Amino acid sequence: MMRLPRFQYFAPRTLGDAVKLLHDHGAEAQVVAGGTDLWPNMKRRQQTPRRVIGLRKIEQLFKKSNGGSKLSLGAMISLTRLENDPEILASWPALAKAAKLISTPPLRNMGTLGGNLCLDTRCNYYDQNWEWRKAIDFCMKKDGETCWVAPGSDRCWAVASADTAPVLMAIGAEVTLVSVDGERRIPVADLFRDDGIQYLNKRSNEILTEVHLPDQDGRTRAVYWKLRRRESFDFPVLGVAAMVRLAKGGDGTVEEARLVITGTGSRPHAAPLGDLVGRKLTDESIQRTAETAARIAKPLDNTDFIHGWRKEMAKKFVAGALKELSQLRV
Amino acid sequence: MSGVVGKPLRRVDGRAKVTGQTQFADDLAMPGMLFMKLLRATVPHACIAAIDTSRAEAYPGVKLVLTGKEFPIPFGILPVSQDEHALCTDKVRFVGDPVAAVIAVDELTAFEALDLIDVKYQPLDTIADAEEAIAKPEPRIHDYGDEGNVHKKVALDFGDVDEALASSEHVFEDVLFFEGNTHLPIEQHATLAYVDPDGKLVVASATQTPHYLHRALSKVLGIPAPHIRVLATPNGGGFGGKSDPFNHEIVAAKAALVTGRPVKIALTREEVFYCHRGRHPVLMKVRTGVQKNEHGFKILGQELQTLLDGGAYGSYGVASTFYTGALQTVTYQIQRYRFRGCRTFTNKPPCGPKRGHGTPQPRFGLEVHIDKICSSLGVDPAEWRVANAVAENSLTANWLRVSSTGLVRCIEAVVEGSGWKTRRNLGRVDGSGVQRGLGLACSSYLCGAGLPIYWNELPHSGVQLRLDRSGEVVAFCGATEIGQGSDNVLVAIVADVLGIDPFDVRCVTGDTSLTPVDLGSYSSRVTLMMGHAAIEAAERARGMLAEAVSAKLKIDKGRVVFAERRVFDGENPQVGVEFAEAVRLAEAKFGTLGSTGSYRPPKSPGDYKGAGVGPSPAYSYSAAIVEVEVDPGTGWLRVPKVWMAHDIGRAINPVLARGQVEGSVYMGLGEALMEEQAYRRLPPKLSRANVHKFPSMLEYKSPGTLDMPEIVTYLIEEPDKNGPFGAKEVGQGPLLPMMPAVANAVYDAVGVRVDEVPVTPEKILKALKERSRRFGPAKFPQIEWPEALQVPPPWEGGDGKAINEKPRKRDLVTGATVAPPVDQLKGGPRP
Repeated sequence: MMRLPRFQYFAPRTLGDAVKLLHDHGAEAQVVAGGTDLWPNMKRRQQTPRRVIGLRKIEQLFKKSNGGSKLSLGAMISLTRLENDPEILASWPALAKAAKLISTPPLRNMGTLGGNLCLDTRCNYYDQNWEWRKAIDFCMKKDGETCWVAPGSDRCWAVASADTAPVLMAIGAEVTLVSVDGERRIPVADLFRDDGIQYLNKRSNEILTEVHLPDQDGRTRAVYWKLRRRESFDFPVLGVAAMVRLAKGGDGTVEEARLVITGTGSRPHAAPLGDLVGRKLTDESIQRTAETAARIAKPLDNTDFIHGWRKEMAKKFVAGALKELSQLRV
Repeated sequence: MSGVVGKPLRRVDGRAKVTGQTQFADDLAMPGMLFMKLLRATVPHACIAAIDTSRAEAYPGVKLVLTGKEFPIPFGILPVSQDEHALCTDKVRFVGDPVAAVIAVDELTAFEALDLIDVKYQPLDTIADAEEAIAKPEPRIHDYGDEGNVHKKVALDFGDVDEALASSEHVFEDVLFFEGNTHLPIEQHATLAYVDPDGKLVVASATQTPHYLHRALSKVLGIPAPHIRVLATPNGGGFGGKSDPFNHEIVAAKAALVTGRPVKIALTREEVFYCHRGRHPVLMKVRTGVQKNEHGFKILGQELQTLLDGGAYGSYGVASTFYTGALQTVTYQIQRYRFRGCRTFTNKPPCGPKRGHGTPQPRFGLEVHIDKICSSLGVDPAEWRVANAVAENSLTANWLRVSSTGLVRCIEAVVEGSGWKTRRNLGRVDGSGVQRGLGLACSSYLCGAGLPIYWNELPHSGVQLRLDRSGEVVAFCGATEIGQGSDNVLVAIVADVLGIDPFDVRCVTGDTSLTPVDLGSYSSRVTLMMGHAAIEAAERARGMLAEAVSAKLKIDKGRVVFAERRVFDGENPQVGVEFAEAVRLAEAKFGTLGSTGSYRPPKSPGDYKGAGVGPSPAYSYSAAIVEVEVDPGTGWLRVPKVWMAHDIGRAINPVLARGQVEGSVYMGLGEALMEEQAYRRLPPKLSRANVHKFPSMLEYKSPGTLDMPEIVTYLIEEPDKNGPFGAKEVGQGPLLPMMPAVANAVYDAVGVRVDEVPVTPEKILKALKERSRRFGPAKFPQIEWPEALQVPPPWEGGDGKAINEKPRKRDLVTGATVAPPVDQLKGGPRP
């Protein structure tokens, strides 16, 4: 089998110890939550930290807290817990659904919410073992110079593949980042960058500790649609999260909306809405919005399925998600 | 107990497997064991200019570094394709070809030291696929083969096909493509080699063919075969992927001999993709001339051309090439038949035998082609197949002898079960969204190849029994348990004949020192061949017991009955002895008890060069109806239900037989919908790389549990006179109709033809947008074929020989590529 490289492992018991360790070891260190992303990547030498700081012993990161009706979720909460949590199922079922669609049950038992948000970007030229990558003379994201997906490009086009991210962006969630310098709270939308290598706006000494869900006002609905080959196991090669808030009065007029598309670029993108806001969700407005919104999806040939078809599917998925929203009862 | 055969008993190795106690090769560990890793080529085609291993040798923990110079003797599964070296000597031929081995105290150390080996390559141009291989004879990947980068060309004519096509009412033509795919066994290959206390070499390995591995080890290592013992560990899935002798097995053996310590290698999943030997990508062109009649139409003549992308080595490829043509005639009546096959070398992992070996690709082609002819002529494809099924006790145009066939009953079962007559959609897209459709396809498969891999006159399978005075019976056989249930068949047959409980029988299998040769678990041969050997051995043992018991009971031998662990007087059942007592009586009479049985298939009537591929003692038959749901807006395809009927002759154990059918449905569905052993060539201006696109179980897509449809299985039991208890194979046949049935069902659902496997949403959507309503290859390349052997079909006055064949020399008769010499068939020398 493939073996992990040699590294030093730390298991701090407090968040304070963890951020201090991360600060002290700087760029040589990496944080591990469930390990379902980092360990295989390390076996393939895609990521080669000399020191790994495990968060498994830090109890506060496993907590779920209610500030009024607002839920805050510790970053170490497992995806299995997320998909089954009654409060989440009641307030933001789209988040539970996104969690449920991740990978397989054993991996969801280990995988965490924070880990999913920080998931490394993926690419068929990068998610390969060391010998394979050597055979293509490596790629820009690790050990090489060229982005083989777009050899003329000066950036990396690895793909954002976290299922929870688009949903959290669509509903307007926030995250807390903690370092020795203190903590800051930013919208999930601001966590991501459109670059396959530097895909997170997280400083190298910061740990993502908590995810804050917005209040459910009773007028907001969200859904998540995921495209993948199989009904289990696979990462999204297209993910569409859609949220609408309907105006008071109940005539179905859209007061606010967000569409987020992932799996087709290096970050989840908020898609243009056209004239969706201020109208009701009708077949016509859904089709118009789908045409407009899908333009943000620019898939390349570095995941499963032919990328031209994925592009066509973006339109269908946006329309499908909006249609589902139009049929949901609040 | 008598009546073990046919009962759904728990399999003999079931307890060990479900409790996790089965020792697979990677579970084996020995004190002082070293670990081996292979350095594999990172370039697709190059000469090795220099290898410097000094830095690796100096690395702490490294015990030995081996390179190709230690392995000058080539090997290969077929005598005609001895083209592999345990480690590459002068050249590498694909990314993944092994060039050096590091043996160290642990796996990580060995891995780290690999990077300290400096290999200098002189790159050569890459041949990326079959069409490029035909167009570019230079540089040659091998310096043998028919020409340039063509490994093998085959040309056979059974009757005047040109005349048949010219006189046909309609001639239909199709070009289709079947993408390569791989076995994907859950167990990666692993080997443990050690020198036993007597100084003899032992190699325990996940292999389907311990006998052939035994021969290869002896040849390459230069050690007498009696001083080598090969243990086939239970395979965690084989499917043909563990049927070749592999370089890692030979190198581990060498390393154990040099270091004097046990050496283990367990391949990574990536390396299993590089070992490959899976399904050849095949481009095919089929032309069929038909005459209308009361059953729709009759096939007057058919021509099939196949082009195989063989990858970097020969493997079973010559046999695979013949198999793309050989079994086309065994399912439906074809008056005249022409076959042209061409296998090429390319810079990719070698292709070989995967479940169905060379047959699924043309079977897909033919079954889709027939479906098109039926819709074009307005004939029900099920009724046509029933009317045109090959008859029992008949010969085919290419001289294969069909004994029994349950094909018609298979078709009737799935037609009835699926509601075929009323539920077909006939390609009507009505705008309502997801469309349902049904597709039918049939197939036939070997129950063991008629000839061994290397020419010999010896039995293909042998069974030895030892009868202990305790009543225990031990059955020894070289057959290999690869999950298919062969141990269970062995035990069931012995227990049935001797009238004892299967639990009273211990089996020892797959051990070249302890067990008589069985050629291996491939070509669906084990139940039939080992089964016959087991019956013979058990009947001989029963004869001795019967004689001893009849003497004791003072009755005629013919009255002795074996059942319920007793041996008794059939006319007076309460008079008799316990089985163990019968053994003791016989042991007292004859001395230590043992018996043997063996089996060699009957001679085939075909006697032309190439007639050696295709003959089998019996053929199984399958019919499948697949239901699909297709979304015309996206091309999305789902398979909710499959009806599969399989003519197994007789099920030795119906539960295991059903398991094999379901496994075939699963594997076939993977091939039909998603599996692709695909490669990525980087822009040649920027890079020479030509790599497997995704050598991982995540990105090489194969269905999961949630993707499995509901399966309705029908076991059709049409006993065959050549099968043990009438049994035929079930391991491979039911896979074959899956792929064409899916393609035909897509046509039924939305009216488009995807003439290419896998059938994916992208291809369906593309076809829906095309005016031709088709997705598939445009043309078959021009290939210069050699002069064909002319073999008149049986009904045109032929005698099974080619009328234009030069006499074949005995010493050229090698392996499965050619027919046995005529003196073996007819008992006289060839004139």
